[in-house]
Amino acid sequence: MAAKLLAYSDTGSPVHRLNGVTKLAVFLLIAVTGMVIYDTRCLLVMLAISLYVFFLSKVPFKQYSFVLYLIIVFSVLNQLAIFLFAPDQGTVIYGTRHELLPIAGRYSVTAEQLFYQFNVLLKYAVVVPPALLFLLTTDPSEFAASLNRIGVPYKIAYAVSLTMRYIPDVQQEYVNISTAAQARGIDLSRKEKLGRRLKNMISVLLPLVLATLERIEKVSAALELRGFGRGRKRTWYKGRSLTRKDWIVLACAVLLSAAAFAITFGKGSRFYNPFV
Amino acid sequence: MQSSKGFSVKTIVAIGIGAALFIVLARFGSIPTGIPNTNIQTNYAILALFALLYGPWAGLLIGLIGHTLADLISYGAPWFSWVIASGVAGLVYGLLSRGMRIHEGEFGVREIVRFNIAQIVGNAIAFFAVAPVLDILIYAEPSNKVFTQGFAAGGMNMVTVAILGTLLAVAYSKTRTKRGSLTREA
Repeated sequence: MAAKLLAYSDTGSPVHRLNGVTKLAVFLLIAVTGMVIYDTRCLLVMLAISLYVFFLSKVPFKQYSFVLYLIIVFSVLNQLAIFLFAPDQGTVIYGTRHELLPIAGRYSVTAEQLFYQFNVLLKYAVVVPPALLFLLTTDPSEFAASLNRIGVPYKIAYAVSLTMRYIPDVQQEYVNISTAAQARGIDLSRKEKLGRRLKNMISVLLPLVLATLERIEKVSAALELRGFGRGRKRTWYKGRSLTRKDWIVLACAVLLSAAAFAITFGKGSRFYNPFV
Repeated sequence: MQSSKGFSVKTIVAIGIGAALFIVLARFGSIPTGIPNTNIQTNYAILALFALLYGPWAGLLIGLIGHTLADLISYGAPWFSWVIASGVAGLVYGLLSRGMRIHEGEFGVREIVRFNIAQIVGNAIAFFAVAPVLDILIYAEPSNKVFTQGFAAGGMNMVTVAILGTLLAVAYSKTRTKRGSLTREA
């Protein structure tokens, strides 16, 4: 049950050398901008720039290829669902109707619907490269320092770094417990009927949860012994100060999203309408 | 021992490790029901249990951190409307099941009923309202689609937490020593 997860590796590219704070801030900025705006031109420009930066990072394709597959499956299902539930959503948003291909009943492909669904896809696609970049090119130990730096209280930032630290451990524990259960004939696979499978799941979850609660006791005792949480602030081993390059990247990202907001709200509608 | 300000150390650790458990179960612990895209997501049972044990803020943060990182690690980008919904679910589970003395081994019929009311209300708010409304606001998705998805996911979560969450909570309470369980021998 070797699960592939996205993980950091250093290729020494310019993107890797940027501060974690910069990458996190740019990711959040693009994510928020991408969520708010619906202007196709802005989204395309943002996607192009972030794809270019992604290629600069020289992350090997093998490291994220399996994620692309999941993203494509998710997007295709989502697009199909949108069409199935609301084949006229595009017509409603853009106010015109150019029918391209009637299928059956109320289902027919219109230019507006295609354009609308393309936009939904684009909105999701814009967030993917910066998110992947942040995850693949930032040393996990720098995560917490970066979060704290952009204003998240240090205790919560520390909780996030605990999460990153304990995912592999908890996963190993899950694998151990479920293999032990399977050796005793507790089947978790699809061969079992649903009710039975749920019952078998409980016999794996119970030890896992109790072991986790015990781990929480231990780790919190260890932290408390070291005086964690006494001070109002804390410093980070991996914390670095921002260099000139970081400031340039940050300024570019701020300008880019400011421009996107200005264009979007300057004309009074979130949507870019090529049909009128 | 309470720390100087804000969350106690134990709550911080519970948030961190609870979110890790939430993520691992999001990947391995979901059972397909046979209806497409509708899975039994065992990680919401964990979310409800941790919200019950460690309070509403732990619930909120485990939902937010867990769902964001789970999406980031396995899909590359978080779907923010549902991330926020998970946080809201955790918060409401915790708020409505506050003050139960499960740490002292008390988890009888009354507590089970309260726990389940809390999780049903939490799932209803998060997945019947918050998730679909945010989907419409952020992604301008068709309303009938997002409400159908929300009702399917929320309904599934209610059943999952009702079965798994309750059983886990009962089992946990049995591992705790009851208050006043010691009697003095003459």
